[in-house]
Amino acid sequence: MPKPIPRDLFPGALEMMILRMLKRQPLHGYALVQLIKRTSQDLLQIEEGSLYPALQRLLKEEFVKAEWGVSSTNRRVRIYKLTAAGAKHLEREVSSFERMLEGIIRVLAPEES
Amino acid sequence: MTWLKQLFLRRQQYRELSEEIQAHLDEKVEELVAEGMPRKEAMQAARREFGNLGLIEENSREVWRWPPVEDFLSDIRYGMRALRHNPVFATVALLTIAIGIAANTAVFTVVNSVLLKPLNYPKAEELVALHQVAPGAEGLADFEGGLLLSPSMYFTYSEHNHTFQSLGVWITGTANVTGLAEPEQVRTVAVSDGVFETLAVPPAAGRWFSHADQTPNGPPRVMLSYGYWQRRFGGDPSAIGRNIIVDSQSREIVGVMPRGFRFVDADFDLAAPLAFDRGKLILAGFGFHGVARLKPGSTIAEANADLTRMLPIWMDSWSNGPGTNPHYYQAWRITPTIRLLKKEVIGNVSEALWVVMATIGLVMLIACANVTNLLLVRVEARQQELAVRAALGAPWARIVRGVLVESILLGLMGGVVGIGLAYAGVRFLVAIGPSNLPRLNEISIDARTLAFTLLLSVFSGLLFGLIPALRYAGPRATSTLRNVGRTVSASRERHQARNLLVVFQVAIALVLLVSAGLMIRTFAALRTVDPGFTDPQRLQVMRISIPDALIAQPEMVTRTQNAILDKLAAIPGVKSAGFASEMPMEDFDSDWDEIFAEDKVYSGKAIPPLRLYKTISPGFLQTAGTRLVAGREITWNEVYAIQPLVMVSENFAREMWGTPSAAVGKHLREFNSMPWHEVVGVIQDVREVGLQDKAPEIIYWPPLVHNRFDPVARTSTFVIRTDCAGTESFLNEVHSAVWSVNANLPLASVRTMQDVYDKSVARTSFTLVMLGIAGAMALTLGIIGIYGVMSYAVSQRKREFGIRLALGAQGGDVLEMVLRQGTKLALFGVVIGIAAAFGLTRLMTNLLYGVKPYDPLTFVAVAALLMLVALLACYVPARRATLVDPMVALRYE
Repeated sequence: MPKPIPRDLFPGALEMMILRMLKRQPLHGYALVQLIKRTSQDLLQIEEGSLYPALQRLLKEEFVKAEWGVSSTNRRVRIYKLTAAGAKHLEREVSSFERMLEGIIRVLAPEES
Repeated sequence: MTWLKQLFLRRQQYRELSEEIQAHLDEKVEELVAEGMPRKEAMQAARREFGNLGLIEENSREVWRWPPVEDFLSDIRYGMRALRHNPVFATVALLTIAIGIAANTAVFTVVNSVLLKPLNYPKAEELVALHQVAPGAEGLADFEGGLLLSPSMYFTYSEHNHTFQSLGVWITGTANVTGLAEPEQVRTVAVSDGVFETLAVPPAAGRWFSHADQTPNGPPRVMLSYGYWQRRFGGDPSAIGRNIIVDSQSREIVGVMPRGFRFVDADFDLAAPLAFDRGKLILAGFGFHGVARLKPGSTIAEANADLTRMLPIWMDSWSNGPGTNPHYYQAWRITPTIRLLKKEVIGNVSEALWVVMATIGLVMLIACANVTNLLLVRVEARQQELAVRAALGAPWARIVRGVLVESILLGLMGGVVGIGLAYAGVRFLVAIGPSNLPRLNEISIDARTLAFTLLLSVFSGLLFGLIPALRYAGPRATSTLRNVGRTVSASRERHQARNLLVVFQVAIALVLLVSAGLMIRTFAALRTVDPGFTDPQRLQVMRISIPDALIAQPEMVTRTQNAILDKLAAIPGVKSAGFASEMPMEDFDSDWDEIFAEDKVYSGKAIPPLRLYKTISPGFLQTAGTRLVAGREITWNEVYAIQPLVMVSENFAREMWGTPSAAVGKHLREFNSMPWHEVVGVIQDVREVGLQDKAPEIIYWPPLVHNRFDPVARTSTFVIRTDCAGTESFLNEVHSAVWSVNANLPLASVRTMQDVYDKSVARTSFTLVMLGIAGAMALTLGIIGIYGVMSYAVSQRKREFGIRLALGAQGGDVLEMVLRQGTKLALFGVVIGIAAAFGLTRLMTNLLYGVKPYDPLTFVAVAALLMLVALLACYVPARRATLVDPMVALRYE
């Protein structure tokens, strides 16, 4: 049975990446998935659908806001935009993630002789 | 307020979400098609890469809600719909649960009101009864269950204790009230200083007795109960300050106690001050109940030690008169055994009540087992649906929850219906409850009862939902999708749960039926006990008291009583009449004293044991139907001549002199100043205390005796043998007969001896009725259970039977096969039940009489009954199995 968030990611990772992508430019869902996939050079296995629960969570927290608009391919789509609160949240998340990563790397580093 | 906004915007949110997801898929498909993929394949690929569409939408929506609650609500909606669609299942299950819950709620109401709720006094947990035992005073300890307090003890304890805030003594009695309407005998309580302070219930009007009211020569005062105030004064506040004539003495009303107030366990009409004359008190006179309020922080153990410390002070401070040894009571080894007042009030019913509660609880378990069976069948039928839901990605925990919610819903609905039924049940219980059940008037459904019912409903819902839920909605549920279609016969495993439930039901039913059977045997054994009187329904009894103020001279009292007897005997239809200080089992405070025999030597410290003594009139034995074993009765002439004659009970005669006839001609007395009394007659043993209790040794004095303390019995029970006992016209004649002798004499406790007898066995008959009901419910539910399981098993194996019959099996073979299966289950249940009953019936030993808790007859009879009933319950489905038409069965599906 598929999990809402693919097993390779930790909780909150997807949200963080979404916020990072939106920081560059407002995007709609499909474009967002494609962009994440492309940027990660397909290293991350992301189920496309799993984006939507994450987006709803961000909407609820008011880290992003959504407006209906028209995409480059001339479709009616919902375009997501980073809010000020979202930008601040991203900053916090990234710095805490970096600390965590550093910690993990240190632990995983080969033992010093 | 954002959550409120969210709630309103939610529908729109959901719609936008669906639209967005659809747009996503469309875009993907377009892109894939643009890359050259056929549209159909592209759509599939888009779906595949997107993931589980329904689940993702669901998870996305969930962000906006409070999932635990909302899922729960939707489960409830789903559960309600499922129940509505199966009205037969829902009704049967609901009724089973409702009746079970109603029975449990009703019995719990009684247990809660009688045993659990604190007494109706402020800070009731501080209240204690000053109970003490005297193991050295033989004859006393095993009868009244303790040594009451004497007035001198009360003064000592009250003045020298360190552990009580306050304490007092009280005693019940009766008094004649004249001048208001017809003369009336009322129930009285006489209280010492300290009783009201201890119980701490403020009066409804007026005031308590003051210290001045408790002085021996102070103005006579009286207080009213709320009921008496309403009955005689219409609740008029101006009653305070008025005077009423109590036992020919005018007393001023100073206060009224509030509705429902009782002195410990005593209902009363009037309360009067004891007003002890301190200067005249002696050590003896152990007739008063002591009640006390512990100081905060003081324990019962400390209070016991405190009383023990004060006993020598008591013996140093008082005496029994010149020339007596004040330390004589050391031989009695008086030991304080203070207990909580609540325990004193509840007495010995707690055991019977808990046994009833436990049996009703077991009935609930059987009911749950039945509903579990129903649910198992239902869930099995829904297996395909559940499997489909699991396959569509519903987490199995959610499915389990759905099944559980449905069953808890059933439980709760059963609880609601059950509470309605319980109200009726409580009324029924109060009606059949022993009238001497303590706190009977306090029984009511309260918040704690409702909480109990709620818990019981939820818990039973969980209980009968859990097995089906785990069995069919568990992680393995997905695998069943494949094989729900065509199976020839049910697998062994599929029946296991249901079979276990049947075994369990039969076992519990056996335990309950054995308990009920033992109570029936007890009741039967009690019926054969000779109580010491005959034909109680033809014995009219009533109490008449002649107060000092009305007739002072002892002989005149006896002559008045004699005149009343003559008038009563002259009523047409009356065979004979007599009186005694009390009838057996009447439960009035009895009289005890040491009895010395002339031919026994009491050297040094040896003291004779305390004996119960009574007064009986000539003609009493014949009237009551009590046999004379040896010797003769005392005549009226001898009574008036105050001849020193006495009669004794058979067991006393045997104990003292070996045989009843040897007792005749021997001499007895109560104390030194009394002349020796010659034993002229020996009377059969009488169950004075109750049918279940051993007959005590009794000394029977004539109405008038050489006794400077107590020369005449002023309060007596008159007994009339007549076929008209209890009829209204007869009672009218009795009234005029008594009043023709003295118009100021009221009659009290007017009843037939049958009423007294029934009251004495009330606890046994109450327990019997309750266990009977529980047993009948268990049997019925058990039959339904076996029948249901066997019917279902047969219907499941229809095709198998068809094949068997087609292959040449005879109807008899099939019948035997089904019956054998049912018998096996019942037999397992019976065996387990017998083992359980052996352990459990021992808990009710104290409720039994004349039968052992492992009475083989009861066990065998109940086991046989259950097996028979189980066979009958199997026979109907078995018969149906033989009627299967092979062709129809094989063509099925």
